[in-house]
Amino acid sequence: MRKREKLALSLSLFMALGAGVTRQAGAMHIMEGFLPPSHCVAWGVICLPFLVWGVIRIKNITRDHRKTLLLLAMCGAYAFVLSALKIPSVTGSSSHPTGTGLGAMLFGPSVMAVLGIIVLLFQALLLAHGGLTTLGANTFSMAIAGPFLTYGVWKLCQKMGMKREISVFLGAMLGDLFTYCITSFQLGLSHPGTGGVWSSAMEFMGIFALTQVPLAIIEGIVTVVVVMGLDHYAQPELRDLARRRCEEGAR
Amino acid sequence: MKKSVVAVLLLLLCALIAVFPLVMVKNSEFGGADGAAEEAVQKVDPDYEPWAESILEPPGGETESLLFCLQAGLGAGVLGFGFGWLAARKKYRNDEASQ
Repeated sequence: MRKREKLALSLSLFMALGAGVTRQAGAMHIMEGFLPPSHCVAWGVICLPFLVWGVIRIKNITRDHRKTLLLLAMCGAYAFVLSALKIPSVTGSSSHPTGTGLGAMLFGPSVMAVLGIIVLLFQALLLAHGGLTTLGANTFSMAIAGPFLTYGVWKLCQKMGMKREISVFLGAMLGDLFTYCITSFQLGLSHPGTGGVWSSAMEFMGIFALTQVPLAIIEGIVTVVVVMGLDHYAQPELRDLARRRCEEGAR
Repeated sequence: MKKSVVAVLLLLLCALIAVFPLVMVKNSEFGGADGAAEEAVQKVDPDYEPWAESILEPPGGETESLLFCLQAGLGAGVLGFGFGWLAARKKYRNDEASQ
């Protein structure tokens, strides 16, 4: 990392830590105006270091691994497609997958923070889906928490020597589900009602997370199919990315 | 089994999972889960007033579906281009290698 990059990263980290200390922080996307202003700001600030980190990573990729740019664009496009598909679920309501798992596994989770916020901005600005005031909270759940869990699960599965397809499936599926658990928690935190944060979060969990279960399975399967396609056609790029991961691991 | 057959079967499985609720859950319009959450917020926090509104709200369902289609279409276009490019590269590289 260069000096300016380091400065930006530490500055944003500092701000996020500050927000974490002052705040007793203890779906679909959250609707515009449904979080109190202080929460909106806090979630937004927490997202900052991840976004800065993601921008730095993308810059490095465009500099050192130009060949993989096509794959990066495809990962963004994948999130675009999947988050546009509202699929009916067993609870009698609809929701949409996140599509952030694929990019998290190929390029690392921080890159997805940047790609995810682009999708969320599109939906908040043009579709009245999600919102600008809740952008920070939604970015945290869909573009940060989900991708990071995906990456963690995927790595863990690989360490345990599971088959590639199974690791990809579990990573993408659990990341999708986790996104909506975080959404429920964020809503519970803002609207504890009379029963407290947890019971309220559970209430939202019943709406978001339950609805999401079949969708998460679908996202897992579709991601496996895409990875199978990439394995077949994009071996040079995948090797390039694997090499980059090794280099970073060694550092 | 060939990889492509597996892929098609997996995608069919996805379609089945998506259609299953439509067949099994009756008397539902499958509204958005965010709508249901709005109601839940009213329930646990009856005094809460949303303090902001979307700056651009699509005037109706048709425009909204247009924009969602646009989003899916743009994404699918890029994905299709990517896979097409990769497939063609693999094909012609193999051709050159075998000549």
